[in-house]
Amino acid sequence: MQKRCILALESGRIFIGNSFGYEGERDGEIVFNTSLSGYQEILTDPSYCGQIVCMTNPHIGNYGINPEDMESSRIHASGFVVKEASAIVSNWRSTESLSDFLSRNKVIGLEGIDTRALTRHIRQAGAMRAVISTTETNPKKLIEKAKKSRGLVGRDLVREVTCAEKYLFTHETAVPPQFSVALLDCGCKSNIARELAERGCAVTVFPATATAEDILAINPTGIMLSNGPGDPAAVTYVIETVKKLIAHIATKNQKLPLFGICLGHQMLGLALGAKTYKLKFGHRGANHPVKDLTTGAIEITSQNHGFCVDEKSLRNNDVAVTHCNLYDGTLEGIAHKHLPIFSVQYHPEASPGPHDASYLFGRFLKLMEK
Amino acid sequence: MPKRTDIKTILIIGSGPIVIGQACEFDYSGTQAIKALRKEGYRIVLINSNPATIMTDPEFADATYIEPLVPEIIEKIIAKERPQAILPTLGGQTALNLAVALSEQGILEKYNVELIGAKLPAIKKAEDRRLFRKTMQEIGLDLPKSGYAYTIEESLKVADVIGFPLIIRPSFTLGGIGSGTVYSREDFMEAAATGIDASPINEILIEESVLGWKEFELEVMRDCADNCVVICSIENIDPMGVHTGDSITVAPAQTLTDREYQKMRDWAFKVIRAIGVDTGGSNIQFAVNPADGKLVVIEMNPRVSRSSALASKATGFPIAKIASLLAVGYRLDEIPNDITLKTPASFEPTIDYCVVKIPRFAFEKFTGADQTLNTAMKSVGEVMALGRTFKEAFQKAVRGLEVGRFGLGADGSLRDARIEKRWAAGGVTREELMKEITYNLRNPNCERIFNIRYALIFGMTAAEIHEISKIDPWFLQQIQEIVDWEPAIKKLFKLPRTEQRAFLFATKQLGFSDRQIAHLTGKEPAKIRALRKKLAVIPSYKLVDTCAAEFDACTPYFYSTYEEEDEVPVTARKKVMILGAGPNRIGQGIEFDYCCVHAVLALREEGYETIMVNCNPETVSTDYDISDRLYFEPLTAEDVLNIAEKEKPLGVVVQFGGQTPLNLTAAMHAAGVKILGTSPASIDKAEDRKQFSKILQKIKIPQPASGIALNFEEAKKIATKLTYPVMVRPSYVLGGRAMKIVYDDSMLCDYMAEAAEVSPGKPILVDKFLDNAIEIDVDAISDGDDVYIAGIMEHIEHAGIHSGDSACVMPPHTLSKTSIETIVKHTSNLARELQVKGLINIQFAIKDEVVYILEANPRASRTVPYVSKATGIPLAKIAAKIMLGKKLNKIFSKKILSGSVPHLKYTAVKEVVLPWTRFNNVDVLLGPEMKSTGEVMGIDTDYGRAFAKAQLAAGSVLPRNGAVLVSLGPQGKEEVLPIIRELLNLGFEMLATQHTAEFLESHNLPVKKVNKISEGRPNVIDLIKNRSVSLVLNTPSGKASRADGYHIRRSAVMNNIPMVTTLAAARVTVEGIKALRTNDWTVTSLQEYYKASKS
Repeated sequence: MQKRCILALESGRIFIGNSFGYEGERDGEIVFNTSLSGYQEILTDPSYCGQIVCMTNPHIGNYGINPEDMESSRIHASGFVVKEASAIVSNWRSTESLSDFLSRNKVIGLEGIDTRALTRHIRQAGAMRAVISTTETNPKKLIEKAKKSRGLVGRDLVREVTCAEKYLFTHETAVPPQFSVALLDCGCKSNIARELAERGCAVTVFPATATAEDILAINPTGIMLSNGPGDPAAVTYVIETVKKLIAHIATKNQKLPLFGICLGHQMLGLALGAKTYKLKFGHRGANHPVKDLTTGAIEITSQNHGFCVDEKSLRNNDVAVTHCNLYDGTLEGIAHKHLPIFSVQYHPEASPGPHDASYLFGRFLKLMEK
Repeated sequence: MPKRTDIKTILIIGSGPIVIGQACEFDYSGTQAIKALRKEGYRIVLINSNPATIMTDPEFADATYIEPLVPEIIEKIIAKERPQAILPTLGGQTALNLAVALSEQGILEKYNVELIGAKLPAIKKAEDRRLFRKTMQEIGLDLPKSGYAYTIEESLKVADVIGFPLIIRPSFTLGGIGSGTVYSREDFMEAAATGIDASPINEILIEESVLGWKEFELEVMRDCADNCVVICSIENIDPMGVHTGDSITVAPAQTLTDREYQKMRDWAFKVIRAIGVDTGGSNIQFAVNPADGKLVVIEMNPRVSRSSALASKATGFPIAKIASLLAVGYRLDEIPNDITLKTPASFEPTIDYCVVKIPRFAFEKFTGADQTLNTAMKSVGEVMALGRTFKEAFQKAVRGLEVGRFGLGADGSLRDARIEKRWAAGGVTREELMKEITYNLRNPNCERIFNIRYALIFGMTAAEIHEISKIDPWFLQQIQEIVDWEPAIKKLFKLPRTEQRAFLFATKQLGFSDRQIAHLTGKEPAKIRALRKKLAVIPSYKLVDTCAAEFDACTPYFYSTYEEEDEVPVTARKKVMILGAGPNRIGQGIEFDYCCVHAVLALREEGYETIMVNCNPETVSTDYDISDRLYFEPLTAEDVLNIAEKEKPLGVVVQFGGQTPLNLTAAMHAAGVKILGTSPASIDKAEDRKQFSKILQKIKIPQPASGIALNFEEAKKIATKLTYPVMVRPSYVLGGRAMKIVYDDSMLCDYMAEAAEVSPGKPILVDKFLDNAIEIDVDAISDGDDVYIAGIMEHIEHAGIHSGDSACVMPPHTLSKTSIETIVKHTSNLARELQVKGLINIQFAIKDEVVYILEANPRASRTVPYVSKATGIPLAKIAAKIMLGKKLNKIFSKKILSGSVPHLKYTAVKEVVLPWTRFNNVDVLLGPEMKSTGEVMGIDTDYGRAFAKAQLAAGSVLPRNGAVLVSLGPQGKEEVLPIIRELLNLGFEMLATQHTAEFLESHNLPVKKVNKISEGRPNVIDLIKNRSVSLVLNTPSGKASRADGYHIRRSAVMNNIPMVTTLAAARVTVEGIKALRTNDWTVTSLQEYYKASKS
């Protein structure tokens, strides 16, 4: 018999279903993701730290969990909400079921609720604080707990997910390393490192607290700012680091490319003087069209962000907008007009999601070749 | 990029008659294209031979040609209309093949016409398997191993390299004709020979079998700036080995990890780019080895397809419409998403429900046909259902099929009962039963899903079922969850009150219908419905919005589910609900969808809010653009009443969707839903034989004598009184099911024995069969006072052939003035007597100048679109308005309403197409049971020319000269003589086997005797195969067809040699041949015909 599980939102809405996975109580920001596939990558993406994720695709868990599709070593999401978790797994690569994976990672799963109603509510009311619980049965108490929970704004979640120390990323590739890339880990998805390694980069991963000096000390041929969770404005120390890196590039080494992804993009924006703001319910999915304004080409992108660089605040004349979201016109990419510095809001490393934007890694490599 | 301005006129090629593998999905796609391109200001010229399409309505294209789809005719249209471009990617394989022919014959170059959407090299690369392989290998994609062969010897060599099992695919055939899986060397020779024969270039591809692999399809679009998107992924429940059209399919794909899915997506884009489809949609099929994930490309279609129609309906993304806009130069990001209005079409739809498609078959119509599903498509229609989960969608789809099932099982169906009874009675051992079930699991067939349930119930594990069927364990698990729930339902009424609601809600979430719950609890469905309503277990409705609720959606396209939130508000407008026709089947197809769409359009014109309910994804009616609100739901009493109770329409229209909505009339009426138009009581009067006969006596319309028999003795008595031949049929007749003409006692005895087995205890109707009578169909509209005679159609075949299978002609050409007047009088009287409000179709037979009535149906008939196209009067639209209270005298003049028959300055012939080539071992004879899948219309200045065009459109080229193979049955031989004399005068040579040859010689007619099959070779079949015969004239005996006759007919059909099996058809064939020999073809648009008629 499955245990009852309640999702309570600060707005006062509650959703009651059955628990699968771990039992207990956690708070987090409730968000939805519209990807049809890729729940394993989503769960293990450190950017979801502090969030309870609802998948809009009703059938989740069908193909289980496998050792290869991990974006980090564990689940980072605070909770997982689906319409129906598969009772069995069917895939030759699967080694574990979704519910076992959640249990092992101490993450609560909720199934059997009207996930579309939840999604519509989030769309209308915005992403908000929530509590998921199998222990408290009184919804009113849970709503109060949700109202009192921490939320995301102003909170530095990067410290919770970054690596403890610098290390060399190991990945078997056919290409011998030609470049040395310093990857600043703010909650990095493994596939960013994999994409770089497969293109012939030796990747040194730095903790988010590393200074510009630490990074430059390995004499990298390129610097990558990773994705990560939460409010970029709260991660002031990284913004400082980025500012110093930009100054270094501008004054000392105009051939050192810097590439930012997602949170990395937001922090680059902040370092370049722009502001960030919180989107009503964010972009999370694998179908957002983005236009590359430099070529006119459209790419279908993997997205996961709740904050955004404010295009109007980007007054730096040396910076150009390179990518834009065709859904809502929000800023999706910027590039320095004179320096090899660029970033995108979405996920060229995909995983999950389409590979349309993987050319950006090629762009980064071209800049390193110069 | 803006749209192209160098193009002014675009020619769109339709897909012609409905055949297996090409159905109304191309009317849907073509109609979308025409609407979209006209809105952009292009002049649209359309050619399609199928009059039952919405696209050929005169208001859609600027110039509409209902003409045969052959290059020589299209060339004439091109020469006349001078389009700058042809869009060939919306008319199925037919249009694509024609584009290739026009290109290769230099016609496009001659008139400087450009192919848009897909150019010749792209079409060739996709369609020619060898080029396709080469292209795939060049871009590094894997395919199954294969080799080509042109002879049996070459084939064997290739087969030995590949090993068995393997698949044989003939080049350039539609829907997999002639292809098949071969398991052993013994079967190989015949299969190779069949394949080589089926290919127009006598080429077959022999391919490694990936039997049992998982099968997937991606629907991909590309624009001129090389932006590519996937619209939908589809996973087949039936693994590789079953044609995707015959497979149960699911969207989105359920068992792929993101990594595997993205690889497939990357490959799909590589394919569309390498093949070079410039713009538009393509369908790409893949197979995945479930053991290790190995991915191979199977094939691609460089055009919109049945799958793209399904994908459009499954996601809300209108592929055909977008494809047409891309073809004229727009980019995806320049086209808005219709559903959100705010976002562009350059995205990939994501869905938050599950979609299941199940094909519908018609094997009951083709006795003797092999029912095993393989790589050649056999289904005639399909149903789609949406639900929040697979289980819900799956059970909804099953009940939408209308095959007497109301879910996967436990629905009280005869078939379940039979198995349960056999088991309970101990008439079968577990071993025998399991053997039977195993056979049905291993060999794909249309009953396989039901056998999965039996297997589970009788103790087989899902793992064992997977081992036998190769169906993915995930799907089997879903089915198991449904089956496992059944026992609990039995205890529903034993549950404490407080638990009933939650349990019932959970049961409905699994897709169980009230009928299933009623069966399991031993109650009436109405009781379950009442309980549900009392406990507030009612469906909620959700939107199909392309984006999983990420954006606000504006499109009113809904499905039902059992969830917390109903997000569909109802309006306060006055509204009418229109019930569609459900899945296509033989006897109920596109014609009824055409009528439904017209009803919707007419009622919208009148200011009503229109609510469409249907579950057929191929149709125009299920385009969310057509009605104000579309509910994509099964057409069962439960589902339809749920909507009626939510929407509270002022009435419901049941006249236009064929038998399907009519069957729901009683339930709707009982629930207090108003039936618009002709009252349920009147419908009953027409359907009930006793009441109907009484009315006919009252208004003095003669009817063939008849009687009702329960056994052979009674039947014999009646037959003796009526005198043979008689027509026999079960009393619950549908679409001519099991009707037969019986010529003597022994035939009658056989029939009664058979009927007793099929439906024991059911009475059999015995009618006097009017031999050699002329059959007439009349379509009319009545408002209860006035009657408008819309069309009098004279059948070309004699009475006794199902009206749906008969060729017919308008205006009638052999009827006397008196007969016509009698028909008009009878029609008017009957319509008034029945108080018909809307359409009525009446079948008459004329023998010896007496006009008999055969039957009357107070609803839209199959011929409504044909009559509308032939006369230019939109019958269904007018009828819909009449049903809402408009009077005929506001529409037509007094003179017309006083019974004058519309005068046509031209002749329109309807001809049918038959699916013989799809079903081996089936005799190709027509009879009272309908077998045709579609129809064409030939229209021209005189009967002979119109007939010749209709024949050409139906795929049979009347010869201008050559040899006629004559084979006459014992009856009516003398009447053939004048026809043969005429053919001889025209220079034809006569060939005949001994009997017929002697008969002709006895009348001093020159004839060359040929060998029967038993008389050594070359025999009559060899002559047909060698195409030494250009026309077959075979009038079979009334009784069972003789072996030679059967073989002659089959080989003629398989070798596409025109064949005439009735005298009437023979007469007009001669007229057609004469017309052909005097003049070349001319082409005229409908708009021109109508204009000329008015002047």
